[in-house]
Amino acid sequence: MTLRDILNKLLGRQPASAAKARERLQLVLAHDRTDLSPDLLDQMREEILKVVAKYVEIDLEGGAVSLETEDRMTALVANLPIKRTLSGEIKIKEQSTQETITSVAEEASE
Amino acid sequence: MTLNTRVILICSGKGGVGKTTLTANLGISLARKGSPTAVLDADFGLRNLDLLLGLENRIVYTAQEVLEESCRLDQALVKHKQEPNLSLLPAGNPRMLDWLKPEDMVKIVDMLSQQFEYVLIDCPAGVEDGFRNAVAASKEAIIVTNPEVSAVRDADRVIGLLNTHGVKPVQLVLNRVRPKMMESQEMLSIEDVTDILALPLLGLVLEDEQVIVSTNRGEPLTLIGSQSPAARCYSNIAGRLQGEEIPLIDPAKEGSGLREKFRRLMQTKIF
Ligand SMILES: Nc1ncnc2c1ncn2[C@@H]1O[C@H](COP(=O)(O)OP(=O)(O)O)[C@@H](O)[C@H]1O
Ligand SMILES: [Mg+2]
Repeated sequence: MTLRDILNKLLGRQPASAAKARERLQLVLAHDRTDLSPDLLDQMREEILKVVAKYVEIDLEGGAVSLETEDRMTALVANLPIKRTLSGEIKIKEQSTQETITSVAEEASE
Repeated sequence: MTLNTRVILICSGKGGVGKTTLTANLGISLARKGSPTAVLDADFGLRNLDLLLGLENRIVYTAQEVLEESCRLDQALVKHKQEPNLSLLPAGNPRMLDWLKPEDMVKIVDMLSQQFEYVLIDCPAGVEDGFRNAVAASKEAIIVTNPEVSAVRDADRVIGLLNTHGVKPVQLVLNRVRPKMMESQEMLSIEDVTDILALPLLGLVLEDEQVIVSTNRGEPLTLIGSQSPAARCYSNIAGRLQGEEIPLIDPAKEGSGLREKFRRLMQTKIF
């Protein structure tokens, strides 16, 4: 360390660099670990919602699909509130929606 | 005879962080503690484990001849004179990289496992074929890193790959710790690194000029029973590997003595 470094520190000109290193590492690692671009994640989210919507009625507004990293484990977390019927049962879509299902599948495979 | 051999990969991703130095010192330390130990130089491209151990002039055959079956394993093994519990299996010609397969590494390590309690594999830098070959033959791993952004990032990458290959346990050695810089928060702290990498800490190794001196001589610090800071760290790590409970060195308590302060004062650059 040079004299100037000492002076800088005494005068509080530069914050210690370890905090900066930590912050930069956390950002770059979150990216390294998932290896998924935001665009790809968006696309995946849309397709997942479509697939789930084939079977149950979900609240599209309240739904969220995201990647979470903790302790080296990256998890795809989908939070999809399912609309219930009055009797409290999960509302299952009727089979008459065959048309929509195929069109959804087509779209998804594009 | 079948031993419950521990096959430990010593890897880092980034080069120059201290893998080979750790392999040499750990090998000597484990051998001194009575465990028959083999160190395997898997860095075929840039071999120098032989040099750090001072065995470079005693190599006759290498892993290459063993695989080609033009010599027996015990002909290729170089036994350390002062520490006969330690043997080196030298790396062959760099051209081995062209044909070596993961199965070859497995074969070599299986042979070593017949007669040694510990097999330490000095892994090449990078995450390409050399690394993959070495991983294939390893059961557990030690990740060596430095408290620096690039080393930690590369370590993270390697940890991910070890996880997918089912190597377990993976433990961390944090090398080149500078207490003074950590104290002034100009270096990532030990917790920073263990938190980010989410690995158990097997030990830390202090930055120590004696490491270079011992490299010059080809006599690892643990061989000559040195009490220098890094030497103590290396033998603590060996002890922990063998299941001893040894508390971590507290970097904050290192080098705060008067002599150390004087040394630092003398190192202060004015211009
Ligand atoms: N704790 C330490 N203190 C000082 N120098 C060190 C320390 N550990 C390693 N070095 C030096 O760092 C350099 C790289 O070490 P090496 O073990 O060859 O790394 P790698 O095998 O990972 O490429 C060598 O010059 C070595 O002497
Ligand atoms: Mg090396």
